Amino acid sequence: MSLHSSSFGRSAAHWTPNAHAQFLRHRVDDPSVGAAFIVAFPLLWALLASFKTELEAVAFPPRFVGFSWSLDNYRQVLGESDYLGALRNSIIIAGGSSLLTLLLGVPAAWAMAFAPTRHTRALLLWMLSTKMLPAVGVLIPIFLFYRDWGLLDTHLGVALLLTAGNLPIAIWMLYANFKEVPGEILEAARMDGASLTQEILIVLAPMAAPGLASTFFLIFTLAWNESFWTLNITTTDATTLTAFIAAFSSPQGLFWAKLSAASMLSIVPVIVIGWLCQRQLVSGLTFGAVK
Amino acid sequence: MAESEHEFVGLANYLHLVTDPGFLPALGNTLALIALVLCISIGLGLALALLLERAVLGRGVLRLLVISPFFVMPPVAALIWKNLLMQPTSGFFAWIASLFGVPPIDWFASAPLIAIGLIVAWQWLPFACLILLTSLQSFDREQREAAQLDGASALAILHHLVLPHLARPMAIILMMETIFLLSVFAEIFVTTGGGRASTNLAFLVYSQVMFQYDIGVASAAGVVAVILANVIAFFLVRAVGRSLDA
Amino acid sequence: MSNIVLERVSKRFGDTLVTDNIDLVIPAGKFTVFVGPSGCGKTTLLRLIAGLEDIDQGRLLIDGADMGQTPPAARGLAMVFQSYALYPHMSVRANLGFALKVAHTPPRDIAARVEAVAKLLDLSALLDRKPAALSGGQRQRVAIGRALVREPKAFLFDEPLSNLDAALRSQMRIEIRRLQQDLGITAIYVTHDQAEAMTMADQIVVFREGRIEQVGAPLEIYRRPTNRFVAGFIGSPCMNFLSGARAAAFGATTIGFRPEHLRLDASGELRGVVRTVEHLGNEALVHVQLEDDTMITARCTEDTALHPGAPIAFTPDPASIHRFDQDNRALDVG
Repeated sequence: MSLHSSSFGRSAAHWTPNAHAQFLRHRVDDPSVGAAFIVAFPLLWALLASFKTELEAVAFPPRFVGFSWSLDNYRQVLGESDYLGALRNSIIIAGGSSLLTLLLGVPAAWAMAFAPTRHTRALLLWMLSTKMLPAVGVLIPIFLFYRDWGLLDTHLGVALLLTAGNLPIAIWMLYANFKEVPGEILEAARMDGASLTQEILIVLAPMAAPGLASTFFLIFTLAWNESFWTLNITTTDATTLTAFIAAFSSPQGLFWAKLSAASMLSIVPVIVIGWLCQRQLVSGLTFGAVK
Repeated sequence: MAESEHEFVGLANYLHLVTDPGFLPALGNTLALIALVLCISIGLGLALALLLERAVLGRGVLRLLVISPFFVMPPVAALIWKNLLMQPTSGFFAWIASLFGVPPIDWFASAPLIAIGLIVAWQWLPFACLILLTSLQSFDREQREAAQLDGASALAILHHLVLPHLARPMAIILMMETIFLLSVFAEIFVTTGGGRASTNLAFLVYSQVMFQYDIGVASAAGVVAVILANVIAFFLVRAVGRSLDA
Repeated sequence: MSNIVLERVSKRFGDTLVTDNIDLVIPAGKFTVFVGPSGCGKTTLLRLIAGLEDIDQGRLLIDGADMGQTPPAARGLAMVFQSYALYPHMSVRANLGFALKVAHTPPRDIAARVEAVAKLLDLSALLDRKPAALSGGQRQRVAIGRALVREPKAFLFDEPLSNLDAALRSQMRIEIRRLQQDLGITAIYVTHDQAEAMTMADQIVVFREGRIEQVGAPLEIYRRPTNRFVAGFIGSPCMNFLSGARAAAFGATTIGFRPEHLRLDASGELRGVVRTVEHLGNEALVHVQLEDDTMITARCTEDTALHPGAPIAFTPDPASIHRFDQDNRALDVG
């Protein structure tokens, strides 16, 4: 939109009411605008509800604008519930497991991309297929192990599981990214006397930075939104936002406006970063098969 | 989960599982849910991508709107849909129905699996759309123009040129979504909380453990889920692996 | 100045033997060129010397010390890659100084050596640019500079000029050769271009299918190829070969003669029809179809009036005929 405001400033004479109407009509006529709004509607509707009172939120017929806008829901969510504790746990668990995933995934992807064997491709596919095992298939053994090891309801315990779950996706994304880096440059670094660590940190990492960033972000999002382990092996100390929000489903509290506010608070950070990284995200997710 | 003495029971747990009246419906629900979500997300995703590709103005904002459901955590998505949209007395859909003078649908009572499928499809729609959109934008403009000069209709171009171009991204969507859809859990957890009509394998295992404390049968169901995953993975990964090599 | 000795070096990739029992001495201070068709093992051998691949069997001696198991950087060799392999996120200065930096050289020394090399290669004005902002020739010079900075025992070049256009390529040939002679450094240069090998080398090593076919000075290889493969590979246009009765007359299975050793002679025994004429200005290459349908090429002066379709006859210079036996080995050298 900055383009239009600047052209408006420079040559107001050309910016006739007619042109403005044409511009508006174009925007309204464009079916993609309507479609995009429909896709995002559930979120926008929840956003609207988060500014309503509980009564207005359940009003029938629904109120679109005719209600008293207020930030009370946000105030209450932030003040009364343990939202902040859950947020803290989510950040620690998602952030920690994402870092750990990269720490393990980068060397693995390096080996597969730059020192492949004839089994590398099969290994990659097999790894990805393990991702298809429903987590629930190992819920019991994990639960029993964790109980015995004292890992239930701990940050470390959840982070380890999320790391294990996301590692195949991370390695795939990193592998696809590293494949784009010319191997000769790493060999040049080796000839120049760089150690393996230096080769990866000083030479490879800066070149693969966009890929590393998009991998980190996707893994972070997946970890942030993960809602099987977080619901099943956390109870109090390590409950994340997913468990916090799920608690709103209990029938006794029909606080939908407050729920909406809490929901908005829990997703806005990821959406904003996701929007900023969407292009890298796509190329990373499709393993470079779609340009 | 009391520890009893260990005893090898052979295939007894599997027998229990297969004869459990909840097992076959759960298996069917798992597959139906995957099929439903794949159809909706790829079908609507393609339509949306075709629309967005031609959008000129406000692309960034439109993309933000379209991509946003992907970043919503499953419990949040499920709760928003359940309480604000699909709620039969005050939900938004009920209001739409009232505008047309139709009685509102009590989604989770009458069609729980479809309701859950809609929620999950909504979350995966951006993923499909974004990948297809990126692929569409790499579609050779000259190829399209040459076809137009040859007198091909828009539909013919879509059918003969664009769709083949999208085969590989579609294979990727199919694989990635199936990976995640095999273990849909939170959407069921916060909406119906189970029930014959909406329990998939993942949830069956969960309820066996949490409500019936039957670890043996739950483990058997877990193993069945793993086998199912591997069977699907075997074909999927082969097909996609081939298309990745091409 | 260092010499490099390979003793019975073999390397396998899966089931294929890429270098087979290579014995070779690379003399100190000389420019050695590995040449051969693609897939002949020349690049693999270079990478084995560099340490980028592991030697399966055999020994690699650098100045008499066995370096077969030494990591690449510790061998004291520097390599210039085909794609230049510059670090895209670093300035020219950082590219040149990278090896010294990871070797913990004091910053002041790094700066001095980088400046000196930049001056030598005419890169001083470009030190703060990123590789993306350089032309192909400039990138090439940075790649050479990066190798020079380390003051290596030997230079390894892996087809370094193949990404340059023809004019720049012949200029860089001369520059690289001059640099090597000025510094008196040992160099190994891999190329598939026999003209590059001829113009640059002190010693040429001709490879085929993982084996060495011949080692020698350029003119020696050109004049006295030890087998039919080398005879055909070195020299452009390539040597003409005849077999059958004409070869038998010389007591050989095959005879060969170079295009410049054919003399126009109306009564010559090689009779045929002109098919095409390539005019190069100073000379013309005439492609002739002999009576038995064999194609041969002759190098003629431009003042010879030749037209496609015209009958023509040659006599080869008998002193320049190469004779080969049924195993394609040269029978004698003369």
